[in-house]
Amino acid sequence: MRLSADALTLGFPGRTLCRGLSFAIAPGQCWAVLGNNGSGKTTLMHALAGIRKPVAGTVHADDAPLARLGAAARAQRIGLLLQEEPTEFWGSVLDYVVLGRYPHRRSMLGREPEAERLARGHLERMDLGALAGRSLATLSGGERQRARLALVLTQDPVVYLLDEPLQHLDLRHQLQTLDCFTALAQTARRAVVMVLHDPSVARRRCDHAVLLYDAESPLAGPAERVLTSDNLERLYGVPLPL
Amino acid sequence: MSRPVVILAGFAALGAISLALGLAAGSVRLPVSDIAAALMGHAPGPVGDIVLRVRLPRVLAGFACGGLLALAGALLQVLLRNPLADPYVLGISGGAGLGLLAATSLGLGYAASQAAGMVGALTAVLIVFGLSFGAADWNLYRLLLTGVVFSAGCGALISLILLLAPETAVKGMLFWLLGDLSDATSAHWAWLALMVLGTLSVLGSGTLNVLGLGRSKAASLGVPVRAAEVAIYIVASAATVAAVTLAGPVGFVGLIVPHLVRLLGVTDYRWLIPSAMLAGGALLSLADTGARSVWAPLQIPVGALTALLGVPVLFLLLAGRR
Repeated sequence: MRLSADALTLGFPGRTLCRGLSFAIAPGQCWAVLGNNGSGKTTLMHALAGIRKPVAGTVHADDAPLARLGAAARAQRIGLLLQEEPTEFWGSVLDYVVLGRYPHRRSMLGREPEAERLARGHLERMDLGALAGRSLATLSGGERQRARLALVLTQDPVVYLLDEPLQHLDLRHQLQTLDCFTALAQTARRAVVMVLHDPSVARRRCDHAVLLYDAESPLAGPAERVLTSDNLERLYGVPLPL
Repeated sequence: MSRPVVILAGFAALGAISLALGLAAGSVRLPVSDIAAALMGHAPGPVGDIVLRVRLPRVLAGFACGGLLALAGALLQVLLRNPLADPYVLGISGGAGLGLLAATSLGLGYAASQAAGMVGALTAVLIVFGLSFGAADWNLYRLLLTGVVFSAGCGALISLILLLAPETAVKGMLFWLLGDLSDATSAHWAWLALMVLGTLSVLGSGTLNVLGLGRSKAASLGVPVRAAEVAIYIVASAATVAAVTLAGPVGFVGLIVPHLVRLLGVTDYRWLIPSAMLAGGALLSLADTGARSVWAPLQIPVGALTALLGVPVLFLLLAGRR
């Protein structure tokens, strides 16, 4: 599936974040979204996921507007890792991660063995296999972030929208997470979009990028054209020894 | 067997015991064989009348009422994402109480007062729904605040009615306000509501699990969030209206029973909903059996006993989890 933003304007009543943003995400691509705090990165991710209406413009899934896709069909294709989630959840880590199968469920009630098998596999992948039975509330910040990543992996969408996937993670798990998602793009032809704060990670790991400027028009396109020192220094307002 | 299955079976057994105790307890001692014969329709005369016309309707009313309150509490705790939500937080008991007490103080009869209580409860549902869901900037805090403010307004008017009412009427009013099953003679509607609303909730329990992750995450996983929230509000309100018109605002069951089930380790709504309904039914029918037999011939309102039973149980569970 090709997910495209066509002339998107994002913002809130009384505050426009970015105007006229257009780009298309194809299978196998890995995108970085960069920008300062409050530049609209999260709002863009929510609009691409179809859970927030843009002020103007349209998000398309292939050739049809995303809004025309049903909620379940949308969630089968697009997975969103939120930057923030409410912390209270009563159940275990496994109970939590299995919820990623919700859009694919075949019956209203049963927890399919297949769903549990997938969830356990992704928990192992995130080094959480031993904690599957623990209450989610007892996990540390980094472990919780890995559980949230495991949920999105269990959802198994064709487009992964990851809002700050590396937050709270130690160095080893940051690298492991980047390896996991770049491999999904390269070998499984999934599309991956990551909000990142480190332009050097974006340069090394992503083939495309979106830069959300505070005062000028956004830039989007292939990494070698967008992620130039000049563009990045203007974005962050600091000299970058890249 | 997995833990949720054991807990559910345990509450089903407790429910059956509570119904049996309710049938056995009373001023006339009846052997088990007589009760069984009466239930099978083989006990004509006074024994049959006592079991089938006096005790059975009351114990069934108590069970249905407790099940409905626990269901409403569990649903509202998800909807409002607030563990302190109970069935009355959205003003339904306030509306029902105001309608019923106003009608009683105007000298209307029993049936008319009951009808006025029902009208009050439904009016509360419509007003709170209209003021919160109707707004463009709709959110859960608005719903909660509207309900709390509406309840406070009803509470003030109820206090005024109690102050101005003739002394002879006040005791009856207080009984109703605490929650009392002594007038609950027919529970057909409550059982119908329990079955229908319980089934709907169990069918939607997968969605309830996902809604527990918050609105944005639920939306990203394909839940039509707004429609789901409206549906939860309607089901929880219908359960509360059915319970309140049967027994008045019996306290504590709706707040505490869902937590009790969670503390026992059942957090998945597919199991939590039926377990809470059985536990609520069992708790309320046990409390009502106690309320009419412990101080017999004096009868106390069941609402006073639900708290007396529920508080130590919950404290014990909390202490056990430290």
